Amino acid sequence: MTVAERTARRTPVPRRGGAVGQSVRDSLVIAWRNLIRMVRIPEVVVFALIQPIMFVVLFSYVFGGSIAVGGSTKPSLYREFLMAGIFAQTVTFATAGAGAGIADDMHKGLVDRFRSLPMARGAVLTGRTLADLVQTALTLVVLAVVAVIVGWRIHDGVLRALAGFALLLLLGYAFSWIGALIGLSVRTPEAATSGGLIWLFPLTFISNAFVPSGNMPTVLRVIAEWNPFSATVQAARELFGNLPPGYPVPGAWPMRHPVWASLLWSVLIIAVFRWLSVRKYRSATG
Amino acid sequence: MPGAIYAEGLVKVFGEVRALDGVDLDVPEGTVLGLLGPNGAGKTTTVRVLTTLVRPERGSASVAGIDVLEHPDAVRHSIGVSGQFAAVDEYLTGRENLRMVGRLYQLDGRQAKKRAGELLDRFHLADAADRPAKTYSGGMRRRLDLAAALVVSPPVMFMDEPTTGLDPRNRQQLWEVIEELVAGGTTLLLTTQYLEEADRLAHDIAVVDHGRVIARGTSDQLKARTGGERVEVVVHRREHIATAGEVLRRFGDGATAVEEHTRRITVPVSGGARLLAEIIRELDAHGVEMDDIALRRPTLDDVFIALTGHAAEAEEEREGTVP
Repeated sequence: MTVAERTARRTPVPRRGGAVGQSVRDSLVIAWRNLIRMVRIPEVVVFALIQPIMFVVLFSYVFGGSIAVGGSTKPSLYREFLMAGIFAQTVTFATAGAGAGIADDMHKGLVDRFRSLPMARGAVLTGRTLADLVQTALTLVVLAVVAVIVGWRIHDGVLRALAGFALLLLLGYAFSWIGALIGLSVRTPEAATSGGLIWLFPLTFISNAFVPSGNMPTVLRVIAEWNPFSATVQAARELFGNLPPGYPVPGAWPMRHPVWASLLWSVLIIAVFRWLSVRKYRSATG
Repeated sequence: MPGAIYAEGLVKVFGEVRALDGVDLDVPEGTVLGLLGPNGAGKTTTVRVLTTLVRPERGSASVAGIDVLEHPDAVRHSIGVSGQFAAVDEYLTGRENLRMVGRLYQLDGRQAKKRAGELLDRFHLADAADRPAKTYSGGMRRRLDLAAALVVSPPVMFMDEPTTGLDPRNRQQLWEVIEELVAGGTTLLLTTQYLEEADRLAHDIAVVDHGRVIARGTSDQLKARTGGERVEVVVHRREHIATAGEVLRRFGDGATAVEEHTRRITVPVSGGARLLAEIIRELDAHGVEMDDIALRRPTLDDVFIALTGHAAEAEEEREGTVP
């Protein structure tokens, strides 16, 4: 048998579903692999929980009472106002997870292994971001329980609240694609962790997450109101029924249509960063 | 007709470094080519081009008759890659690793599971199959890595320094596995810095240095190029060097080489063991005391030094630092 014959016998046996089917299957295989890793390294999941829980407690009890929302400094009002902000900040931390995970795969040579296999382009990254989405969802569940304990409530029904969580998860998924690009660019897990976190602080603080944007200096206020992150915070707050009575809604478009703005921003981020990441992945070298 | 692995004029530049500067290769089906060279010579980059990981600036290549640049995905169905850069997931068990790789080779779940079981048995990993790979010894991890490359029994295999860092027993075991594979008809390209490894496994050897193939041939052909046998004498006392040199010059075919500080004198000879006996008698007659005397056939080390002007393992910088 010649090489060509042997090859002909074994080359692409297209399986059910064509290219899209293959892409979905390969992504799920990689997601499965990353979820197994999360189960075997539970520290990572636990540490991912500690920080937001600390934020909930610290912000609620230290700042609550000092920050006026809707013209009142009643601590219970601030606590309700705060939660959407903490939830949103928490989902953005998926960036660091995705970045560090992908940088680690590059570093250890796994990306080379995957790139030498006849698998769908982008499945390594999609699988990773899907696994992070699962982790983010679990984190949100735990965090919501803690939030209820400190006095957070939803006021407009379960369906609207679920819609709010869906928008938060979508934002987290979008941010994990930014993390994927960071991980592919910096090549070491340590750099990906710090590089994935540093920029999140200005992003999440120059926003409406922790304080109403109305009291900020003009430049910051404009940034805060157009910040993609603020749109999701505002949307979640609205859907949870957590906007305090008399809270002035800023005039900027994303603040007046936060659900649409949140959707648009997240979809845009996914589209751009998925494209950039997959392109980077194809030429990645470990 | 080109061989199972074929490359012509591969050029790859990383910034200022010409990692590949016109590499040509032709590996007939069912044979093993040993790519031999120091770190940074371009061995790994050559493998990365042939396994579709890196696109060269110039040149063409085919694997199993498929153009690497035109149809990289078809090539990926026909190759297995193992070695220093193709890793396993340390948090997955051996079995999970193999099943994952099987699925990504587009086997269905049942086939992938069956194949994982077979390979774990074959590579003596069955007992450790359900432990995370993190707990494996270096040798076990290499075997798992090699098993992952064999999931679809690809007709063409690439191994990049498969035994680097292994102890002699594990190295021996891995060599046996590789020999078995080749006996089954697999075409293999193997990179190594160990001349012994190339000598034992490879039908043909290509010596690479500074991104070029500087010599190729069988191990014997390459050794012949370096010249024939030599006699090497280490005298006991420094003042005997001159006398011994005199004697060796008479029996030798060329100039003697003297290393004063080790009291070692070397001369090329032809005449084998009989001549060695004569030299010993003559040195004895002149009262030269010897610490050591030997008839040396050239090793691939000698070949390497003769061809490149430096030893194979002398350059310390890791090839991995060149992306």
